[in-house]
Amino acid sequence: MQIWIIQTLNSLALGGLLFMLSSGFALIFGLMRIANLTHGSLFMLGTYVAATLVRDGYNLIVAGLVSMVTIAIVGGLIERFILRRLSGNSQGQVLATLGLSFVAADFCLMIWGGDPIPISTPAMFQTPLRFLDLTFPTYRLVVLVVAVIAAVLLYLLMERTRLGAMIRAGVDDMAMARAVGIPASGLFTTVFCLGAALAGLGGTLAGPIFNAYPGLDADMLPLALIVVILGGVGSLFGTFVASFIVGFIYTFGIALVPDLAYVILFLPMVVVIAFKPQGLFGRVTT
Amino acid sequence: MTTRRHFLQGTAAAAMSTTLPQMAQAQASGETMRIGLLTVKTGPLASGGIDMERALVMYLNERNNTLAGVKVQLFVADTGGVPANAKSKVQELVELNKVHVLMGPLAAFEALAIDDYIKANKIPTLSVAAAEDMTQRKPNPWFVRATSSSAQSSHVMADHCAKNLKFKRMAMIADDIAYGHEMNAGFQRVFEENGGKIVQKLFPPLTAPDYGSFLAQLKTNVDGIFLGFAGSNGFRFVRQFNEYGLRNKMTIVGGMTALDESVLRNMGDEALGIQTVCWYSAELANPVNAKFAPAFRKAFGYDPGYYAAGTYVSGAVLENALQVIGGKYANRDALMAALRKTNIQTARGPVRFDNYGNVVGDVFIRQVERKEGRLVNSVVKTYPNVSQFWTYDEKQFLSSPVYTRDYPPAKNLES
Repeated sequence: MQIWIIQTLNSLALGGLLFMLSSGFALIFGLMRIANLTHGSLFMLGTYVAATLVRDGYNLIVAGLVSMVTIAIVGGLIERFILRRLSGNSQGQVLATLGLSFVAADFCLMIWGGDPIPISTPAMFQTPLRFLDLTFPTYRLVVLVVAVIAAVLLYLLMERTRLGAMIRAGVDDMAMARAVGIPASGLFTTVFCLGAALAGLGGTLAGPIFNAYPGLDADMLPLALIVVILGGVGSLFGTFVASFIVGFIYTFGIALVPDLAYVILFLPMVVVIAFKPQGLFGRVTT
Repeated sequence: MTTRRHFLQGTAAAAMSTTLPQMAQAQASGETMRIGLLTVKTGPLASGGIDMERALVMYLNERNNTLAGVKVQLFVADTGGVPANAKSKVQELVELNKVHVLMGPLAAFEALAIDDYIKANKIPTLSVAAAEDMTQRKPNPWFVRATSSSAQSSHVMADHCAKNLKFKRMAMIADDIAYGHEMNAGFQRVFEENGGKIVQKLFPPLTAPDYGSFLAQLKTNVDGIFLGFAGSNGFRFVRQFNEYGLRNKMTIVGGMTALDESVLRNMGDEALGIQTVCWYSAELANPVNAKFAPAFRKAFGYDPGYYAAGTYVSGAVLENALQVIGGKYANRDALMAALRKTNIQTARGPVRFDNYGNVVGDVFIRQVERKEGRLVNSVVKTYPNVSQFWTYDEKQFLSSPVYTRDYPPAKNLES
C-alpha cells in the first residue's frame, strides 16, 4: 500500500515538473507553430543560472526570478534574430533550433564544465515529510504546488486578459487575427519570452531534484514533446492533463515493468497520434 | 578594414610562433613519437574525458615531452562520447596524424567500435574502457588496460560486504548499460557465493533524470545497496536517497565510479561514510601518487579520480615499455610485447598484465571522509594483486558466458 501512495505522490510531483517544462513549449508551438527544439536547452540554461546563484548564496526564489528574466531575454533574442528570419520555413526552424541546442550544450559545458552542479534544497524543505509510516521529500510537493499555481495563473492570463485573448485569436487563425489588427510581431516575441521564462522557472524548480548537468537538455526535450503532442497542440489544458498522464505512466511504468519503461512512455503517444492526430485536447485545424 | 587585417595577421603570426617550434622539432629530427589521445571533451562524458587529457599532458610535461629519450608529441581527438565519432577520430589520428600509440578511448562502447580497426592497423592501445570481453573472451592483442575490467573491482566489494561488513541481504542498482550489468553481475556472483542474497536488482535508464520511482520501490529490509553507477548518476542517486529518508534504513556501498573524486568535490555531508571500491584513490600514499595527486590538485583545484589517474598510470606504463625496448617505438610488435610485460610501480601501486592484457593490481575499499575541508576517499582496506578473474580459475571463468543483466541468474530475488 505504502509504495502505491509514494508512487502516486511521485507521479504528481513529476507531472508538475513536466507541466513547468512543457507549458512554455506548448505556448510557443500553439501560437507560432514553431517546434522550438531549444526548449530543453533553455530549461537547462535556467537550471545552470539558478545553480550559479544558489552557489553564490542567493536563495532559490531569487535564483528563480533571475533565471526567468535571463532565459526570457535569451528566448526573445532567439526569436527576434533567428526564428523571425525563418518565418514560414518550418524545416529551417527545426534545423536552426536543433543546431542552437547543440551550441547551447557546448556553451554550458564551456562555462560550467562537465561535472554536475548540485542545487541544495531550501533548508525549510530539506527534512522529508513523515506521515504515519510514509516518508516523502517535502520539496517535491512544493514543486507540485508551484506548478498548480503557475497553471492557474496561465489560465487567468489566457482567459481573462487582453494579451490572452490575442494569443487565443492567434492560435485559432493567425491570418484573421492579423486582419483584425492584432500586432503579430510583438505578440510573437512576447509569447516566446513568456515560454522561455517558463522554461527558466521550470529549470530552477527542477534543479534541486535533477541538479545542473550536461545532457539535462537532451533528457528533457523528448518529455516536453511527448506531453505537448499527447495533450494536443495549442491547448494549455491539454498540456496540463498530459503532464500528469505522462507523470503517472512514467513513474508506474518504471515501477511495474522497468525493462519497458521507455516503451510504455512512448506507446500511448503513438496510439494517440494514430487514432487522434490532434492530441487528446487539440482542436482540429485545417 | 586595415585594422581588421592587421589584427588577423597579428594573430596568425602569434599562432605560428607557438606552433612552429614544435613542428620544426618534429620534422627535423624525424624521431618524434606521436601519441594519439582519444577522449571526450564535449557532451555528458566530458568531465572524465577532460581529466584524461589534463593528466596525460601533465605526465608528458613533467618529463619535458620526452619518454625514454624519445621526443613525443600529443594529438588529442574529441569523440563526443559517440561510437561512430570514435571510429572516424581514430582513423584521423592514425592515418592523418600518423600516431604510433593510442591512449583511450574513455567508454566501453567506443572501445568496441574501434576494436577491429586497432587490430587491423596494429596500433598499441592503452585504454581505460572497462568492457569485460575486450580482455577476456574476445581479447585484442593490441589492447592493454591498466585500470580495471567492469567486475574486477566489484568482485572485491562483494567479498568485503559478505566477509567484513557481514551483510546477508542486499539490493543492487546500476545504469542500464553493459558496464552496469557487468559490474553488478560480478558483485552478485561473489556476494552470493559467500552466503549473501541479492534480493532486488534495479536498472534505471542511463539518462533517468530522477530516481524517485526507483527509490520508492526499494526494499528496506536489506542490509545494504550496491551502486553500480557511472558518471554523475551515483551522486544524484545518493542525494535523492537521503531526501526519501532512506539513509538510516540501509547502508550504501558503491562500485569504482559511483563516487569518483570528480563528483565528490560537488557533494556535501550526504556522502560522508559511504564505502566504495576502486583501483585508485587520490589518498593513496605510494611515492608516485604522493607527488601526482597534490600536483594535480594544485594545477586544477580538485583531486584526480578514475580517468585522470587511469591515464596517468597508462603514461607510466608506456614510458616503461619504451625504456625496455630502448626507445625504438617504430617496432610495434616489440613495443606491444614490452607493454604486455609491464611490471612497475605507478600512482595506483604495482601494475602488471595478465595474458589477456588486463591489469593485475591492488584494489582498495575507500570511505568518504572530510579532510582539510574537502571530501576524500580514504583507503580503509587493500586487496593486493587482484585479477579480473578474481579467485576463479581462468579457464573456468572464460568458459562461462560473459556477465550480463541476467547472467549469472539471480535466484534469490523477492518480489
